[in-house]
Amino acid sequence: MTSFDCIVVGGGHNGLVAAALLGKSGRKVLVLEAAAEVGGAARTEEFAPGFRTSSLAHVLNRLHPDVVKELDLERHGLRLKRDAFIPSIALVKVGSPLILQGAYGESLTGASATEQTSWRGMRAQLLRYADILKPFLSRRPPDLGGLSLGETAALGQMALALKRLGKEDMRDFLRVLLMNVADLLDEQLSDDRLKGLLAFDAVLGAHLGPRSPTSLLGLYYRLAGEIAGEAGAQLLPEGGMGAVVSAIGAAAAKAGVTLRTGAAVGRILVENGRTTGVVLKTGEEIGAAIVISATDPATTFLDLVGPRDLDTGFVRKVSNIRMKGDAAKLHLALDAPPAFTGLDASRHKGRLVIAPSTNHVERAFNPSKYGEFSPEPVMEITLPSFSDASLAPDGACVLSAVVQYAPYALKEGWQTGKAKFQVAIMAQLEAYAPGIGRTVRHAELLTPADIEARYHMRGGHWHHGELQADQMLVSRPVAGWSGYDTPIAGLYLASAGSHPGGGVSGAPGLNAARRILQRRKEA
Amino acid sequence: MDTVADKVALRRAAQGHFSTWRIDTPFQPRLAELSRTDDWYSWAGYRAPHSLWDEELEYFAIRSQAALFDISPMTKYRVEGPDAEAFLNRLTLRDVSKLKPGRVHYTAWCDDEGFVLDDGTLFRLSADRFRLCCQERHLPWLLDSAVGFEVSVEEETEQVAGLALQGPTSFAVLREAGFAGVEKLKVFDLAEFDHEGGKVVISRTGFTGDLGYELFVERDLALSLWDRLVKAGELRGVRAIGYTALNRARTEAGLIVANADFVTSEHAIRANRLRMPDEIGLGFMVDATKGHFNGRRAILEARARGKLRHVLVGLEIEGNVPAEHAIVYHKKHKEVGLVSAALWSPMAKKNIALASLERPFGDTITDDLWVEIYAMRELQYQKLMKRAKVVQRPFIKLDRRTANPPADF
Repeated sequence: MTSFDCIVVGGGHNGLVAAALLGKSGRKVLVLEAAAEVGGAARTEEFAPGFRTSSLAHVLNRLHPDVVKELDLERHGLRLKRDAFIPSIALVKVGSPLILQGAYGESLTGASATEQTSWRGMRAQLLRYADILKPFLSRRPPDLGGLSLGETAALGQMALALKRLGKEDMRDFLRVLLMNVADLLDEQLSDDRLKGLLAFDAVLGAHLGPRSPTSLLGLYYRLAGEIAGEAGAQLLPEGGMGAVVSAIGAAAAKAGVTLRTGAAVGRILVENGRTTGVVLKTGEEIGAAIVISATDPATTFLDLVGPRDLDTGFVRKVSNIRMKGDAAKLHLALDAPPAFTGLDASRHKGRLVIAPSTNHVERAFNPSKYGEFSPEPVMEITLPSFSDASLAPDGACVLSAVVQYAPYALKEGWQTGKAKFQVAIMAQLEAYAPGIGRTVRHAELLTPADIEARYHMRGGHWHHGELQADQMLVSRPVAGWSGYDTPIAGLYLASAGSHPGGGVSGAPGLNAARRILQRRKEA
Repeated sequence: MDTVADKVALRRAAQGHFSTWRIDTPFQPRLAELSRTDDWYSWAGYRAPHSLWDEELEYFAIRSQAALFDISPMTKYRVEGPDAEAFLNRLTLRDVSKLKPGRVHYTAWCDDEGFVLDDGTLFRLSADRFRLCCQERHLPWLLDSAVGFEVSVEEETEQVAGLALQGPTSFAVLREAGFAGVEKLKVFDLAEFDHEGGKVVISRTGFTGDLGYELFVERDLALSLWDRLVKAGELRGVRAIGYTALNRARTEAGLIVANADFVTSEHAIRANRLRMPDEIGLGFMVDATKGHFNGRRAILEARARGKLRHVLVGLEIEGNVPAEHAIVYHKKHKEVGLVSAALWSPMAKKNIALASLERPFGDTITDDLWVEIYAMRELQYQKLMKRAKVVQRPFIKLDRRTANPPADF
């Protein structure tokens, strides 16, 4: 039996980050990826002859600065410069779109002067509050069973940061923290386009509507991310999301990490409460004292470890993780760039959002509660071939969109529902970009069921579990086990299912690796 | 059919389960006939007798004759399937692979934190068919524990009637009743016997520390089984008894009762009432070599870190006043625990008690222990500070319990 110091199950970006960091520390690390290439949901794939796109995650807005620094990603070919930042654009059916320039609307184009002033105040406040939460992203959630000195200090720092806000601001922080985004937007803004876009961003990737309690947290999570030191900034990486993974992969290779693709793990071996390695689906056994699972927690425990080596209460908790995806992904191969109403072609590099009002987003959400897709879906569109011409043939265009809401457990089933949903999406696109339908050479719609099958994410949930208050911080993935270690000695978690959550951040992988290295030091 | 009164009547009819104050066991007709004291209590929702005629004499029926005790209210689960053994091994503390078909063992099970959910007896009826008997109800826990196992778990408390036949003449009663081959049963053996066209499972088990058997039968055959035993036992002094008598016998045998001598973890409200197996004398069950079982990690960690806080001990107390629920002291002033069961033992001729102590008392410090007994003397408490000695359990050991073949009295 071959053996390594550490085996990482799953070559998604978090797995690679953990592998690279452990490799750098001198450990012999093996990454096992089931698919033919690494990257997980952060790949660049060809979906039609000559057309490539970031296949699931398509906007980079939260790659953690510690990941970039510790893995030296910029030297490994990743370009994260301010000049690549892209605006967010609220599309309209009539009139002109609203544009949030720079890092999440440093300035607004297309809004009234009053609205611009209101937005400046609100943006500053959102960023101020998100900043308080930001230090938690790269730390273990506090261990309520026994706070270490470091954890106590971190909580103290947060208290200090709160205090530094001043009395009024601190009170307001506490007041709004668990609010729904819709109410806060109504308090401070009046432009429906702006409110719709913010409401959409708050609930993007969640089974929440803007009026669902705590929906504002999603916006904080979004704004706690940063690119090149700018909170809320976003860009489309050159070469697609696969380029980010390539850079992390290069760092891992440099750190001596062995990558094996097409190597699906069948089981994580457990002996006497401790992991001893993995067995591939082919039956091949590979030994390691440390196994880091970068696949989702439910798959890790229920399928790879199996209930027999776990306690009933723990299995209960893991089975209860809410992880039914509610977002679909659409890829269109277009003969020509689409013409969005009122949008100058120079804006095609932007993140284009169809979410005309808070109410529209809420109405789109409503059917999903009852297992139906949105008849008028909301979506986030990018045209990546404008940022990287190599992604589409000359003159043609790639459209990539995250579309909500598409409940994993569609009542009528995706077998028949998928085609109907695609019709609804195309109708919505047609309304904002008349004529787009005629230019579609090929369309690929990935429902949560497809995402589950293709990317091995249970429930097709790209956060590996709903990112809501009850599944955050000390409760992620389950209460009592939020610190990357597990009831199985030597087995660690490093996927988006662990704190802080999903998005191409690398933070769970970073924190997991740090935890493993810290424990080694303690031992 | 749609007047208000009709609707109410319909609803009532559908709500029998909570308009019934106490459920009757299949033996209730016989118990009711025999009851002179009319002293009933609720055992897991069932009407059960504290005593039937005289608790003192009922106790002596266990020790000198044969006592019939209705154990139908005991919670019973049928566990069946190819993975039944593996499932029970993960669920409970002891190694079920060592339990052969036709055998019974006493076991316990814990939650993730290693706190005892319940103790009970596990009957291996065949390679892949078990019966689990216990005090509390656990169906959700059992079903959730069955995830990943090819096993079915069904509650059969209502369908299956249970009888304990305990005491020196119990074997003779069974033989007299015509259960041929029952003499072959050694302690913790079980076998199936014919009864009225059905089957009765008889095991040489019990809760008295005496020679005794337990019988399980489909509820329809319950009364005929009762009658068969009573008739066979006419000349062997067979008597029906209530719980008070049994409670004395089990205390002498040093056996513990869930939610009397320890609080089960799903019932405990206060965090410091939770108990690990080692804290209630069940540490011997924990098999760290058999593979994973619920609570394993927590139990082994608590052992390794010396985190066990309590210990359950047997006490011998000077004098003859039962120390029921007395506080245990070290050097007469430091409170170190509480007595959960106590009596003057007619068999041991000693004043005995079961007590939970806070370690190291009862564990490494066993001298200078005292109990403070409040003896009610004509509406006035007389406070007695009595010396207590930690002793081995059981308090009595009866050779007839294990003698083979069983003695014929």
